[in-house]
Amino acid sequence: MTANTQNYPNYNDDVVKLFTIATIFWGIAGFTVGVLIAFQLVFPQLNLGEYLSFGRLRPLHTSAVIFAFCGNALFATSLYVVQRTCETRLWGDKLSMFVFWGYQIFILMAGLGYLAGITQGKEYAEPEWYADLWLTVVWVSFLLIYMMTLKNRKEKHIYVANWFFLSFIITVAVLHLGQNISIPISMVGAKSYSMWSGVQGALIQWWYGHNAVGFLLTAGFLGIMYYFVPKQVGRPIYSYRLSILHFWSLTFIYIWAGPHHLHYTALPIWAQTLGMTFSIMLWMPSWGGMINGMMTLSGAWHKLREDPILRFMIIALAFYGMSTFEGPVMSIKTVNALSHYTDWTIGHVHSAALGWNGFITFGALYYLVPHLWNKPLYSIKLVNAHLWIATIGIVLYISAMWVAGIMQGLMWRSYDEMGFLTYSFGETVLAMKPYYLIRAIGGLLFLSGALIMAYNLYRTVNDKVVQGVKLKGAVSC
Amino acid sequence: MLKHHGKLERNSFLLLVVMIVVVSIGGLVEIVPLFRVETTIEKVEGMRPYTPLELAGQKIYIREGCYGCHSQQIRTLRDEVERYGHYSLAAESMYDHPFQWGSKRTGPDLARVGGKYSDDWHVEHMIEPRSVVPESIMPNYKFMAKRGADIQNIGKDMKALRLTGVPYTDEMIKNAYEDAMAQANPEMDTEGLESRYDNALNIRVFDGEPNVTTELDALIAYLQVLGTMVDFSTYLEAE
Repeated sequence: MTANTQNYPNYNDDVVKLFTIATIFWGIAGFTVGVLIAFQLVFPQLNLGEYLSFGRLRPLHTSAVIFAFCGNALFATSLYVVQRTCETRLWGDKLSMFVFWGYQIFILMAGLGYLAGITQGKEYAEPEWYADLWLTVVWVSFLLIYMMTLKNRKEKHIYVANWFFLSFIITVAVLHLGQNISIPISMVGAKSYSMWSGVQGALIQWWYGHNAVGFLLTAGFLGIMYYFVPKQVGRPIYSYRLSILHFWSLTFIYIWAGPHHLHYTALPIWAQTLGMTFSIMLWMPSWGGMINGMMTLSGAWHKLREDPILRFMIIALAFYGMSTFEGPVMSIKTVNALSHYTDWTIGHVHSAALGWNGFITFGALYYLVPHLWNKPLYSIKLVNAHLWIATIGIVLYISAMWVAGIMQGLMWRSYDEMGFLTYSFGETVLAMKPYYLIRAIGGLLFLSGALIMAYNLYRTVNDKVVQGVKLKGAVSC
Repeated sequence: MLKHHGKLERNSFLLLVVMIVVVSIGGLVEIVPLFRVETTIEKVEGMRPYTPLELAGQKIYIREGCYGCHSQQIRTLRDEVERYGHYSLAAESMYDHPFQWGSKRTGPDLARVGGKYSDDWHVEHMIEPRSVVPESIMPNYKFMAKRGADIQNIGKDMKALRLTGVPYTDEMIKNAYEDAMAQANPEMDTEGLESRYDNALNIRVFDGEPNVTTELDALIAYLQVLGTMVDFSTYLEAE
């Protein structure tokens, strides 16, 4: 035990370290596959045979980023935060190691399956029945560890970050079980058939899909925000009342929003209208979270000038605010008529995933690694480089997708003076090409930034630090 | 409010239970009626379960992730109806486990692609998409032309599907393999197949290669039946 941790409980940071390394690893894997499939859309020759075709790689990209990168980031941060805010060691040393390895095995089972064509065929829920069952075991263990640690807490009150983490854990469990009920063809085969079909299947899919966004990528990441932003700023969270209000309204309202993925389809109109209404209402609790995070800086705004790690976190909140405004706009039926099925949706998703989930994770990683390994960050200059390269990447990505999506939507519905459709579908595909190229370059920049981060954090952990001597350009956190 | 909230903050189990209740309400209100209200899926003439060969084709469609780029859901918008045909009805996907509505049109909607192109066109298109659609960015699927379709045990698939509610009969399941073979080989005895799947049935050599039933046969059989089971001309007359 090193000198400066002696006053604290004996935290279990071994498992947090493993999840931190896994986050970086899977992040780079997921971004790389994303860049590859982005280039495949520009140069279809890059579809290299059966196993590396776009159709099989696309779920590999989405799963790697959502479940492997963001998932591991949530494990790392939630298990770090729950110990600090409860002032107690993580419950279940062995079980937590099982959760780590079990989750990595799940990722491999799922990902290798996609390449072999093993999939349930449901977006963001592609893993087949056996992987789903395995994940259920891992997830219940995670919930148990988390609940038991909360129970052992020395603090009287459960800190707000933990409410968000807990709602993420429990809601993802409910969604996972509801969405994946299926009947395997045999106990030794991979294939199964979903219990749900047609219109009911569609609504269950987007109840699941939209709330994977709502509780994994939003609630869970707000948990990250509620701990790491105040820590990095060195000030308490802006408003306790606001956190109560926006936590419960977010939890209640989000779950209704799924049907906005199904406007003008065979889903009954009452359900479409309900989904749209709640999606618009969702704007307020979303911004409640953004405001609470941003205003935590009040009186300390100057820190933004000096601290690129804090800049990552605040830009993340800005992207969160932007995409949670864009989302409700896109859920309005008349807007959705244009945006649905186009790349506008892809742009929307990536402004949230790259800007919000990516940046808040990067901020947390830059905080976590020096704290976990008890070493100063190798280079603050490289953090700055990462920040700007990634930001330019995101801007290229999302503006290209806005133009592409809106253009394609307008071309599909364009009529000539004789009253015929102006464009064939092929013409609209051709028009996308320059924007797909810009998008791929944007993605490449984002990936480059992540590689810089990996290098920086690697040097942080592995460079020998002479006690008391600050290396050039390094800061102690 | 704040005073009462303190209770939740001090009791982790209570907090968990309240969370479960709060997140359940929306889902229950939206999803349960879809199973209970009869008008959710209006009855239409002509819908039948997929033939064994079509089902094998749908499995390939799912395996390759086609739904990532192709929707099968025509919305009730003027331009979509003109481009793709009559808007999709709920009944038309009631035997799709899972549904294939999709969420993105990198390629065109396929809900009514059945009968729009010849089998030869589909063969060319799957082997080298840009030979028939120069601006296409679809991957090629050459390997499907050579590989035998996985129809030996397709009856097991139908058995599992029956448990989910698809009305496959014992007879359909028993004759699954023969029916799959017969659909791509018109020289064989097709009488049983025709009696079991009476509507919108295509029996022919789909891939131009009569000796083997390939993955391409199965996939094209599936694509050619999409959107053809309901005969909309009878509805238009009735109006």
